[in-house]
Amino acid sequence: MIIKGKAHKFGDDINTDDIIAAEHLVHTEAEELGKHCFKNIRQDFVHKVNRGDIIVAGKNFGCGSSREHAPLALKGCGIAAVIAKNFAAIFFRNAINIGLPFLELNEIADIEEGDSLEIDLSTGIIKNLSKNRIYQTEAFPEFLQEIVEYGGLMGYIKKKGKGKQ
Amino acid sequence: MGYTIAEKLLLAHIDKKDIKPGEFIEARVDLALGNDITAPLAILEFKKSGFKKVFNKNGIVLVPDHFAPAKDLKSANNCKALAQFAGEQGIRNYFEVGRMGIEHVLLPEQKLVLPGDLVIGADSHTCTYGALGSYAVGVGSTDLARSFIDGKCWFKVPHSVKFIYKGKMSKWLGGKDLILFTIGRIGVDGALHKAMEFTGPVIDKLEMDGRFTMSNMAIEAGARTGIIAPDEITLKYVRPAPRKFKVYHSDKNAVYEKVYEWDITKLEPQVACPHLPSNVVAVGELKNIKLDQVVIGSCTNGRISDLRIAAKILKGKKIKSGLRLIVIPGTQKIYLQAIKEGLAEIFVNAGGVFSTPTCGPCLGGHAGVLAEGEVALATTNRNFIGRMGSPKSFVYLSGPAVAAASSITGRITRPDCVV
Repeated sequence: MIIKGKAHKFGDDINTDDIIAAEHLVHTEAEELGKHCFKNIRQDFVHKVNRGDIIVAGKNFGCGSSREHAPLALKGCGIAAVIAKNFAAIFFRNAINIGLPFLELNEIADIEEGDSLEIDLSTGIIKNLSKNRIYQTEAFPEFLQEIVEYGGLMGYIKKKGKGKQ
Repeated sequence: MGYTIAEKLLLAHIDKKDIKPGEFIEARVDLALGNDITAPLAILEFKKSGFKKVFNKNGIVLVPDHFAPAKDLKSANNCKALAQFAGEQGIRNYFEVGRMGIEHVLLPEQKLVLPGDLVIGADSHTCTYGALGSYAVGVGSTDLARSFIDGKCWFKVPHSVKFIYKGKMSKWLGGKDLILFTIGRIGVDGALHKAMEFTGPVIDKLEMDGRFTMSNMAIEAGARTGIIAPDEITLKYVRPAPRKFKVYHSDKNAVYEKVYEWDITKLEPQVACPHLPSNVVAVGELKNIKLDQVVIGSCTNGRISDLRIAAKILKGKKIKSGLRLIVIPGTQKIYLQAIKEGLAEIFVNAGGVFSTPTCGPCLGGHAGVLAEGEVALATTNRNFIGRMGSPKSFVYLSGPAVAAASSITGRITRPDCVV
């Protein structure tokens, strides 16, 4: 799968309150959550973002609360993937579980706000079309790849035929 | 090679003979927890999946505590979804307002979590139960939905990091100061994806309430959980236990990725400054931080011993005019105990409010949301931008002694300056 979009740059330790503030957690729909994405730290974000765009952030992205509303809000406002130096543990699993693509990349400093990026999820190759640079990211471990292939955790569980029907 | 307690706890919940950090496992979960924010999503996912009955209705706990008693219509509908699902599925551990408490204070108090358990909670502070020698981790709503289906959850086995605390705690120091100090030293990603293990003579003497506070904030260092191996203090707390439990300890030759050792004898009460729990300084370094609000409560510091410390400082005193003091006991039992011991009276006479249990202001939900430009000192766990309300407000974090002392002076204050 190829993802192509513009980069929205963020710093280190972007927490889930930054991504979606608690006052909006009364909602469960991605579309509604998406309207309030990053409201506390970047008010104009939802007006600037286009479907297919990519978040590029520093270390520890998604730290804080376990709210799955955070990756849902990102999906809801059109974000197609997140690239960061590394991810907080609960955000990491939530993104896997709901099928929000993400990649770990050390060289995020090379990418600037508004750069055009192209991600090939099958190879883990990120192309910075604006800067004409190519990065190879590490593939997910096999176990996680399997969940991703089934479109998330619930698809994986159904496919495996677990539980009581 | 030996195992750490985290590895032993995970190994006990899988059908394998060996376990090693970095590997992915699917383990049996003893208890799965959801609240009024995270469980509605899990229930939706569960229903969408086409499964009809939960795998183990006695292994599920539902607590409407975040926006409850319902703060608005949407919250009311979310709380109702929990009650309905509990009714449909015969889940007896649903805690309606009146029985409800802040989940991570409530579950240990109700002895729903015991040493040796594997607990997942769709709430990041589920790591609190590590203080009981259980493996307890925060997960997402879809993880919770999956556990409803087959009683399992996927885990990446974490590397362990050991923390040894030596020396003697000074008078006003508590678990909160130890964990703030720790996060200040290692940073909000200092234990990213790791299992923290708290040990040493200081921990050996720390009562359960202080231990819960420490484990509670392991997530604030990026850790999966923060474990304290069970000892006599733990066993005294859980006995008489409603069911069998198992005690694990790390092997002498267990492998740690890193070991930190600190002497805390000279440690002053600690305060985390806006906007990260790792912006930690000694309270004495903060001069002239004027406060609009003080909150004493939450899953971090809403236990009876926290309220006792605050009451000891506030007894016979008045809070600073113009400041709001909000005291929130963690559970109904603590609420009643505080009334019985005269603590509630002390808070009210001092000019504070004494609220029904709720997460409330901790996450900017209700019952104490901050206006633009306001500054609060709270015994809660996070001080991110906008955490307690306006994105233009400021939250400082401390233990109950500093919080109570500061409510009297209206500025961040050392406890020994007012008593």
